[in-house]
Amino acid sequence: MKRRTLIASTAAVIAMGTGAFAAAHAEKTKVGFVYVGPVGDGGWTYEHDQGRLAVEAEFGDAVETVFVESVPEGPDAERVITQMALDGADLIFTTSFGFMDPTVNVAAKFPDVKFEHATGYKQADNVSVYSARFYEGRAIQGHIAGQITESNIIGYIASFPIPEVIRGINSAYLHAKEVNPDVEFKIVWAYTWFDPAKEAEAATVLIEQGADVVLQHTDSTAPQAAAQAAGNVYTFGQASDMAEYAPMPRVSSIIDDWAPYYIARTQAVMDGTWESTSTWDGIGPGMVGIGEITDAVPAEVKASAEAMRDAIADGSYHPFTGPINRQDGSVWLAEGEIADDGTLAGMNFYVEGIEGEIPQ
Amino acid sequence: MDLSSINPILFFASLMVAATPILLAAIGELVVERAGVLNLGVEGMMITGAVTGFIVAVATGSPWLGFAGAALGGALLSQVFGFLTQYLLSNQVATGLALTLFGLGLSALMGQGYIGIKAPSFPDIHVPILGDIPVIGPIVFQHDPMVYIGLLIALAVWFFLFRSRAGLVLRAVGENHDAAHALGYNVRRTRMLAIAFGGACAGLGGAYLSLVRVPQWTEGMTAGAGWIALAIVVFASWRPGRLVLGAYLFGGVTVLQLNLQAAGVAIPVEYLSMSPYLATIAVLVIMSAGRSPGSLGRIFHAAR
Repeated sequence: MKRRTLIASTAAVIAMGTGAFAAAHAEKTKVGFVYVGPVGDGGWTYEHDQGRLAVEAEFGDAVETVFVESVPEGPDAERVITQMALDGADLIFTTSFGFMDPTVNVAAKFPDVKFEHATGYKQADNVSVYSARFYEGRAIQGHIAGQITESNIIGYIASFPIPEVIRGINSAYLHAKEVNPDVEFKIVWAYTWFDPAKEAEAATVLIEQGADVVLQHTDSTAPQAAAQAAGNVYTFGQASDMAEYAPMPRVSSIIDDWAPYYIARTQAVMDGTWESTSTWDGIGPGMVGIGEITDAVPAEVKASAEAMRDAIADGSYHPFTGPINRQDGSVWLAEGEIADDGTLAGMNFYVEGIEGEIPQ
Repeated sequence: MDLSSINPILFFASLMVAATPILLAAIGELVVERAGVLNLGVEGMMITGAVTGFIVAVATGSPWLGFAGAALGGALLSQVFGFLTQYLLSNQVATGLALTLFGLGLSALMGQGYIGIKAPSFPDIHVPILGDIPVIGPIVFQHDPMVYIGLLIALAVWFFLFRSRAGLVLRAVGENHDAAHALGYNVRRTRMLAIAFGGACAGLGGAYLSLVRVPQWTEGMTAGAGWIALAIVVFASWRPGRLVLGAYLFGGVTVLQLNLQAAGVAIPVEYLSMSPYLATIAVLVIMSAGRSPGSLGRIFHAAR
């Protein structure tokens, strides 16, 4: 009997708690963020968290934000997202490609909660997708890298063989090749977004094999530190400015600026105007920023890189403009043809000139 | 594919660096297991050492003090394990696993304010004369001091275990704690000291990552190195010499697979990524003829 009383009273307490929570809930819009790395990675997740803080600064007491960091891609992500939805989040941003299926699965169970998945392609009635055209920034990196390399070997630390990463490699290669026909890319697949020891090791190996420019598509600053230790090696900040490594080795960077998007989407939920959308913005709308090009780069290279940045921003130049052949020599884009977003979104091939195969 | 782009001298040099954190953690655990204690908390002690070492090095500006702090941090954490298993007689496997989880969480908490900060630099030493020998010089004699300290610790452990009376006592405690107790040796004290040594070594291994190899603090940066150290102890059949070999083999294949990838070898990347684990297990299994210490993982109580 006593046990029953206990159960009953516990249930009562829970009910009261939920009631109180629901009351508070009605006033505040709760926005959740699921991160793949720690907020202090200095790269990808750091910038998403800056976006979260911007949402808090914009709306003040009208919003409540929560986040979970270092969530592994896979089944664990589904558990975290479900928990966030159960805790009453109105809008949830899941910020890594590997959270795609977990997000879609959880979204099906919570039709009233809005979901936003970064860098994926699966949309649903309550799942929007958003990404940035990082390849626009990669074009500028390639343009600079091709001209400052003396060994003509450019190292590339790739993460996972997904379209976003492959697009970046192709874009950087095309624009390096354009200014330096002798350029060669050495690509290492790290199979991680964030593992400082492994990233440092990969950077060291690439430098030992003659690379004097190292591009990275992983999130930590470890490759920057490795390049700095090696001396005469150039790098680019990834996802975040990584300005603490300027002016050398970091000579420029791709900066993700998610704040305007996060604020706009939160506003839409508050106004009740939220709709499932697919957003893919680049340098023009400001979602991709190009970090300051330092004086370690010759002035004329800096000037032409900035000209390319402005041309991409105003839409007069597209980084994937033909003629471009696939790796096997077949024609992908004819002279003057511009790549369509569908092909870009699912890009799973190297362009002509890159050696090696994409891991399957 | 262009294998000539792999510079063998640089390859062997980076092999020694890649192997050092695992070597340090494994040699400590070897002593612990020789004393009859199975501490599965190596990963937790490593990451705690990584963060305490980093904090001390940043605060004092001295990497040497950082390593001392890391050893102390690892040893202190290991004493939690020692107290629970030796005095409260808790299960060693469960306590060790808990120590790993605890260490990961504790280090993340301690490291909150240290993300994105650079560690004071720890220069390589160029050993006079020896460092100038062609080929061998750059491979062996131009590293940071911790590479040599790791090897010296391994040598000292070998000497201690097999050439000293105290080492004999420690092994006796590990082989049969009841007999050692009957002979009048203090089983509990021996084990507590061994556990502290294991913690200190794991802390050094972790600090090598945060102060030399990466070098910065990031959460979870050991990324499983502690588990590899544990496996190497077993496969090396509890012998210091083989343990050094195993650690270098693992470090070597890790660096080699990245080198092969960068050189464009047409082996699928997935196979290259698993190769360090396969190679290390294969070689050490073939070599191992050893037997685990008789009292490994068993709880000792003097009155029973």
